[in-house]
Amino acid sequence: MFTGAEIVAVLKEMEITHVIWVPDSEMGKWEPELDAALAQMVRVCREGEAWPLAVGLTVAGSRPLVMMQTTGLFESGDALRHVVYDLEVPVYGLIGARNWLKPEIQDSAAAYAEPLMKAWGVDFIVIDQANQAQGLKAHYSSCREAGIPGFALMAE
Amino acid sequence: MMNVRESLEVLSRVRGSDDVVVTNQGSARIWPLVSQHPNDFQYNPSTMGGAIPLALGVAIAQPNREVVVVSGDGALLMSLGSLVSVIGSGCQNLTIIVLENGIYEVTGGQRTPASGTALDFSTIASGVGFTNAHTFDDLAAWSRHAELMFETQGPRFVNLKVGPADRQDLQTPAEVAAEQIHRFQTALANH
Repeated sequence: MFTGAEIVAVLKEMEITHVIWVPDSEMGKWEPELDAALAQMVRVCREGEAWPLAVGLTVAGSRPLVMMQTTGLFESGDALRHVVYDLEVPVYGLIGARNWLKPEIQDSAAAYAEPLMKAWGVDFIVIDQANQAQGLKAHYSSCREAGIPGFALMAE
Repeated sequence: MMNVRESLEVLSRVRGSDDVVVTNQGSARIWPLVSQHPNDFQYNPSTMGGAIPLALGVAIAQPNREVVVVSGDGALLMSLGSLVSVIGSGCQNLTIIVLENGIYEVTGGQRTPASGTALDFSTIASGVGFTNAHTFDDLAAWSRHAELMFETQGPRFVNLKVGPADRQDLQTPAEVAAEQIHRFQTALANH
């Protein structure tokens, strides 16, 4: 969807201080550029760690971005529930939507990505065009301004 | 085996005035009985296994402040990988204190999968890369260690072998989570 240079450019505009991630095969290609450009990459072993870690960074004054695949989003559901609905901390996640652009592949991870977002009742956008990097920035900014969590499903 | 409340009283005596203390599960119910500090965050209700990552986030964002997280052994077992994440982050200002009692205390005392096994949390921590990992089952020894703990290089790992908590101590009501995190955020901003 985006090159490493493109994502780094928009994350700089978003003033992201930390990327917390469990990479997938698409976002993983960005690692060299992210490593070189950002204040800190925080690598977690399991997606359930990512959301409370983002809370800690956020309440301590940083601007983290969580990156993971839809499969990780499914896995980390309880952590996300707690952050969004109990703590009410405005975390933001860029979620790689596995096989979204490959309808010929039967993949329940693709089929349930958008329904899950709707079921959670969270504010999200779908990025399915390579020219939508600024849409990510705009959505992140609007969620921050509103003080609510936000998510971008990035079609893969 | 130590009394859990007494073991936490040791921590309350040695923590610095600027230090953050994040407690979780059973310890979140007992900690308010031994400490009332703006930099305390009783992570309750919570997601089991989430306390160490949350504390790690604070520690990364504010590297000049000591951050202590108290986790039960059941919660740590749900997120053993978080020890790796701590070491991988390179943070040096985080102290993990595990209260090991072999049971899921807040659900009534059921045994964890590690109960009765030879699992040694300090050995695991050392294997992950904590060069400062210790186990105590004696209050005097823990007290002596705690007095000098923050003068040593972090990240630190301390495993405290404790008995079941007094049931009365586990009755402390939880604050509304969103209100508590807002208060915590305000305290962290005054750094």
